[in-house]
Amino acid sequence: MAEKVLMKGNEALCAAAIRGGCRYFFGYPITPQNEIPEYMSRELAKAGGVFLQAESEVAAINMVYGAAGAGARVMTSSASPGIALKQEGISYIAGAELPCVIVNISRGGPGLGGIQPSQADYFQATRGGGNGDYNVLVYAPANIQEAVDLMTAAFDLADSYRMPVMILGDGMIGQMMEPVVFKDPEPRKLPEKDWATTGTGGTRKPNIINSLRLDPAELEKLNHKLQDKYAQVRANEVRYEMHQTDDAELVFVAYGTSSRVVKNAVAVMRSNGIKAGLIRPITLWPFPEAAFDELPDSVRGLMSVELSHGQMIDDVKIAARGRWPVGFYGRSGGMIFTQQEIVEAGEKMHREVANVSRV
Amino acid sequence: MSVVFEKTKGLTDKEFHYCPGCTHGTIHRLVGEVLEELELLGDTVGVAPVGCAVLAYDYFNCDMHEAAHGRAPAVATGVKRVLPEKTVFTYQGDGDLASIGTAEIVHAAHRGENITVIFVNNAIYGMTGGQMAPTTMIGQKTTTSPFGRNAEQTGNPIRISEMLATIDGAAFIERVSVHNPVHIRKTKKAIRTAFECQQNRKGFSMVEILSTCPTNWGMSPIAALGWLSENMIPYYPLGNFRNPDKEA
Repeated sequence: MAEKVLMKGNEALCAAAIRGGCRYFFGYPITPQNEIPEYMSRELAKAGGVFLQAESEVAAINMVYGAAGAGARVMTSSASPGIALKQEGISYIAGAELPCVIVNISRGGPGLGGIQPSQADYFQATRGGGNGDYNVLVYAPANIQEAVDLMTAAFDLADSYRMPVMILGDGMIGQMMEPVVFKDPEPRKLPEKDWATTGTGGTRKPNIINSLRLDPAELEKLNHKLQDKYAQVRANEVRYEMHQTDDAELVFVAYGTSSRVVKNAVAVMRSNGIKAGLIRPITLWPFPEAAFDELPDSVRGLMSVELSHGQMIDDVKIAARGRWPVGFYGRSGGMIFTQQEIVEAGEKMHREVANVSRV
Repeated sequence: MSVVFEKTKGLTDKEFHYCPGCTHGTIHRLVGEVLEELELLGDTVGVAPVGCAVLAYDYFNCDMHEAAHGRAPAVATGVKRVLPEKTVFTYQGDGDLASIGTAEIVHAAHRGENITVIFVNNAIYGMTGGQMAPTTMIGQKTTTSPFGRNAEQTGNPIRISEMLATIDGAAFIERVSVHNPVHIRKTKKAIRTAFECQQNRKGFSMVEILSTCPTNWGMSPIAALGWLSENMIPYYPLGNFRNPDKEA
């Protein structure tokens, strides 16, 4: 059996990335993700790879764009304001259909915000923070083991769909230490990178990496192709956890760091005699709408719990399709709710909805 | 019958979209000829800019990567770090390189990134319809300096070659012009030296090429060549600013 090691989230993500095939890293310092470029600067060369500190996040993501176009397994990481700067490049990478992995160890905003954990980048991550009709596959790990497992498989997924994959953590996931075991991902059949710009060698027509289509009909065609791909991702890659929902009357929806607090709150509420449960999205895009169709008839209400003032709640409402009232509890700015705050908010909503018959 | 001249294999058969009299076509041909003569076409990745040369990926007969505005040196860095044995070049205009892309070009030079940059300076934004660039001459009328560029409001034209020549990582920096056949030959020589510099792993190389924009300057092609010679060259002196062989 593989050895269990105690690791900090940011460093565990790096070790998993290298194990998953990452050989190129381009980044720029920003708290609370600095252990990632620091680890990569120490360790990537040992794996035969290249670490480069770029002059800015803008340059870093464009180096990723170049390296991905040349066929490499490449990654960048940043934190919220830095991810904002990368959006231009992410949009180009999505438009040019290139694979890469982006880590966001997010912090409070808006603007320079703060450096404490936050989930206020949900819209930015799931709506395509850059211009145009595109999505990136977004994973939100709730513990270091899950972060490691998702990261190890992320490069295969990116290659498989030729699209950016984002690991959305926060300052808590990045900075805390937990025991992890490194495992190899399920092998996937991956397509040849016959599109990469590696030099024609005089044996083939030039390859062109590009997101420009001046002819509207051609641009629409590209968009249809992207949408077909996204439909496949929606069909195959949605991941979520159902926690104590089988008989639940109040179901929380929470991801990442929030879900850890909510799980404890569910236990407390159940010991108080209230049947609470949790849907924990692991993919934020595609959002696990199917999870809501699995809910039992006992459910009387949903509550989105986020380290923001309510972003995922939009997706919860879409997935609820008016079947249940949707409540909200959130803190922001790096403030993290206690389990007791969630219990009180949850019990209050439960009192309001418990005797209401289902719409 | 012997062939005395033919189109370079460095260019595809795609028709250029450039305006009549524009010197981009000449510069494309020179780059294509150099890559062909150095037998590099199969081992080259080019990076196209945003600007008039945005479609350069359709014209150069090698693998090409289209970059975001100003980011070509960063994209080229990514390519070159993955493929250090391949020849990597960017082709950028003055809006792309001297305005929005100053950080990327300065730091590519600063790192001594072993790439070649073809920098086409025509003192205006061409593709978007003739707006003022950082390289626009004092008094020059553009659609965003309708009364002529005024140094008090917008500074003096930026001399990129001189600026980059202060950076140690820049191995080869030369400013040339394509306003007449003599200078076109000198331009080709500079482009060749720049690519050889990369082949010899000397570090960052850039050729700044003074170029015309008859359409947006509002001149005939011939008048534009004269305007370049009379107005741009005195301010943007031609010559070599850094050469690894001379310093050795």
